[in-house]
Amino acid sequence: MNTAASQLFGGQLNVVNIGLSMFEDDIRSQGAPVRTLDWTPPGGGKPEVIAALDALARPENAGRIEAANAEAVDRIKNAKPMLVGFGRAIDVVPGMTPTTILHSGPPVAWEDMSGPMKGAVTGALVFEGLAKDLADAARVAATGEITFSPCHEHQCVGSMAGVTSPSMYMHVVRNETHGNYAYTNLSEQLAKILRMGANDQSVIDRLVWMRDVLGPMLKEAVEFTGPIDLRLMLAQALHMGDEAHNRNIAGTVLLFQALAPGLLQSSFSEAQKKEVFDFIASSDYFSGPTWMATAKAALDAAHGIEGSTVVTTMARNGVEFGIRVSGLPGNHWLTGPAQKVIGPMFAGYKPEDSGLDIGDSAITETYGFGGFAMAAAPAIVALVGGTVEDAMAYTRDMALITTDQNPNVTIPALGFQGIPTGIDVRKVLETGILPVINTAIAHKDAGIGMIGAGITHPPVDVFEKAILALADKLA
Amino acid sequence: MSVTAVIRKNSYFDSVSLMSISTKANGIDGVDQAFVAMATEMNKAVLENLGLLSDELKAATTSDLMIVVVPSEGADGDELVPLVEELLVRKAPAAGSAEVSHRTIASALEEDADINLAVIAVNGAFAAREARKALDAGLNVMMFSDNVAVEDEIALKNLAHDNGLLMMGPDCGTAILNGVALCFGNAVRPGTVGIVAASGTGSQEVSVQVHALGGGVSQLIGTGGRDLSAEVGGVMMIDGIRALAADPGTEVIVLVSKPPAAETEAKVLAEVANAGKPVVVYFIGGSRDAVLAAGGHFAASSADAARQAVELSSAAASAPETLDAGQVDAVLARLTPEQVNVRGLFCGGTLCDESMYALLNDGHEVFSNIQKNPAFQIGAADSSRGHTFLDFGDDEFTNGRPHPMIDPSNRLARIVEEAKDPSVAALVMDFVLGFGAHEDPAGVTLPAIREAQRIAQEDGRHLEIIAYVLGTELDTPGLDAQRKALAGAGVTVTSSSTVTGEFARAIARKGAAA
Repeated sequence: MNTAASQLFGGQLNVVNIGLSMFEDDIRSQGAPVRTLDWTPPGGGKPEVIAALDALARPENAGRIEAANAEAVDRIKNAKPMLVGFGRAIDVVPGMTPTTILHSGPPVAWEDMSGPMKGAVTGALVFEGLAKDLADAARVAATGEITFSPCHEHQCVGSMAGVTSPSMYMHVVRNETHGNYAYTNLSEQLAKILRMGANDQSVIDRLVWMRDVLGPMLKEAVEFTGPIDLRLMLAQALHMGDEAHNRNIAGTVLLFQALAPGLLQSSFSEAQKKEVFDFIASSDYFSGPTWMATAKAALDAAHGIEGSTVVTTMARNGVEFGIRVSGLPGNHWLTGPAQKVIGPMFAGYKPEDSGLDIGDSAITETYGFGGFAMAAAPAIVALVGGTVEDAMAYTRDMALITTDQNPNVTIPALGFQGIPTGIDVRKVLETGILPVINTAIAHKDAGIGMIGAGITHPPVDVFEKAILALADKLA
Repeated sequence: MSVTAVIRKNSYFDSVSLMSISTKANGIDGVDQAFVAMATEMNKAVLENLGLLSDELKAATTSDLMIVVVPSEGADGDELVPLVEELLVRKAPAAGSAEVSHRTIASALEEDADINLAVIAVNGAFAAREARKALDAGLNVMMFSDNVAVEDEIALKNLAHDNGLLMMGPDCGTAILNGVALCFGNAVRPGTVGIVAASGTGSQEVSVQVHALGGGVSQLIGTGGRDLSAEVGGVMMIDGIRALAADPGTEVIVLVSKPPAAETEAKVLAEVANAGKPVVVYFIGGSRDAVLAAGGHFAASSADAARQAVELSSAAASAPETLDAGQVDAVLARLTPEQVNVRGLFCGGTLCDESMYALLNDGHEVFSNIQKNPAFQIGAADSSRGHTFLDFGDDEFTNGRPHPMIDPSNRLARIVEEAKDPSVAALVMDFVLGFGAHEDPAGVTLPAIREAQRIAQEDGRHLEIIAYVLGTELDTPGLDAQRKALAGAGVTVTSSSTVTGEFARAIARKGAAA
């Protein structure tokens, strides 16, 4: 025995107390510093999950996991997503065909889709001229002639239903550091919109205008402005009080500021330019998809690192919640049931009207903003039902399940600490803390749209499945 | 002028933070001038004016961070840059009034790197896992949890041994480290007697008796009850002896245990010879010759262990209190001829053991739930017979309820029950004070004692009640207040566990003589 125990003697005893809080007061009353852990059984107390955690914790595994995770997080931090253009999905998205419909979340068949997603799919089929009306669209969707595929498997992300059809205009984002691209379609702004499951003529008309005016004008604008540094803009938006998932007012102003000269120089009429300006001004959400594509470009660069336990995708299709993990390469989805979203609702709607958690927008939390950066956005704590102190606590808690902080995107109220980055499957299960996701609530039925906003969490199942798969592969 | 410049490509920091970081960087010893800024045209112009703009810096772009250090005479810029970079790592301030809560040992250590002990009292299925994390993080461990596999105990103790750490437990209920009593410990005077104990209440008893004699305790290291088994091999007791041998604050070492496995006892006694300090060995029912042969001081009882320890230390020892023969005679005179049996109802396992052995060593038959001899084992559901000594802290008696030291109420019904048996001469019981223990064990028991006395009286006999209060005047509640409360109800209060056993034995002899 070396002298460590004798080093303990004579010094100040300093205690971490685990399990029985009754011991804490006695120790403190004797003048020793003591803190009691907010302890819960790891892995929910499930023996197979604990065995997997232990296997990964063995020194021969832990070392390479740490190195792999450091690499994954470095890629997320160093990724430099630039907005380089806009283009139609059929022209820019890998694997897109005239009869492909992309959707949010993990794979799901037409017959299993949630109400809002079915509403969006049928609306998109009408918009594309693949069906003559909504009833016909439902028939077409069921024929098997349409290829349904997750956005995430095509370098894309899609907000809410995520329904992306060939002629929709997409952001084109290039990660300058690693060379990969990410895509997402354009904000439809209001509440009664395709991505929320609405599909009446007003929705289709808007999609047509976006295809014919907004998209092409944005495309021209970026040709004038040149590439726009989205990470820098995101960092500024967080300093201005956005968390860039449910609050986008600052980010939208910044993005518009950058695009405006280009929009003005475009070849469109003054009336059309005014329409576009009015459209952008009509909702703070305009830049929401932009930040999703920013995150996607960074996270795709971090996917597929042998040995990494860092989460690179969190996405929901309204029925299932799916994650992907860097060390489980390709489209290895770990899925569990989509959860309810808890939060304030528009007048006239009740919690039982809510569809389950849906959309690829949790890519923002996967990167480290959105719910993870609640401390940056005290203005919207009311939206998520809490106090400013709660907002700080959300971000601090997320630091407990992530690998590092991103020094490029910081939070003033937390002493300019970087956003929590690199969700570690192991830490989620060790602590029992689930990632927090800020999100919108769509009506459970097709054709209605957004009815509220709030917070939700992934089902713990997805992390349990992930740790078992990782232990299988690594240990 | 030498200049060290580092460019962090593609790293964004806001200008306000960077101004503050630059200010701090300029305060670092050995820095003549430091400049930390994004490579904007404006900042590059400032560097140019200072004559610090190299070609490399000139080529940096808006999204790059520049760290430029001009070392003072004799300082090395390459050594200063990492110090500046440290300033770039941000830490969140602790929340204003809200306590920051931690879920894991690792996260607690991030907030306070000075933590040096983990007290683990989680479900036994998870305890070993937490202990391993604590040991891996360089923490000493006190594991209160029980129901931990013996393989885990061995692995943890070996890990602790290899890392020079204490692995106290599993099933370790008492320790005193650097004057801080942990879990079930008593407030005793600091001093020079170091204790290593495999028995919780046994070590509490030795510590309070050392205190009563005017001595004090340097450290009390618990090992957990299974440490001296053949499987575990006394790893923690041996490491504890070595730690106390090396501790300048310890003059005398006391070992406390129930009888160890023979081969483990030999290993531990071999260590006694190497301690270089007097070692008092109190292994209940252990061999005097083996201890003496090892160069140790044999203690026949807990009181004897405490007495020898204080006498061997430099503390001025007061005289130990012994059994008062006159008091015994007075009690015996009040008993009817039929009253021959002693019933012990204990909260502390080792206290029960010591009294039970006082009778067994005198040739009496004793029934108990902690009897080694299967012929004399009885369970919680069994009625007492003959001399019966029960440890209410045994799993079968607690049956999921708190340990009787925390809540002594589960022996109340038994007190009343025993009073109905006309063969009972005396009830012997303990009251354990101290940290973790019940706030008023005498008070919560007195109604049952009065009821027992009433039942006996109505039956025309005197029921003697002998109580030992384990504690010191520094405990809360204090020793004197608890003793007075019991004495006021006509209870005979003893001064030590050893004297309690002797008193019980004296009464048992009456029955044997009859």
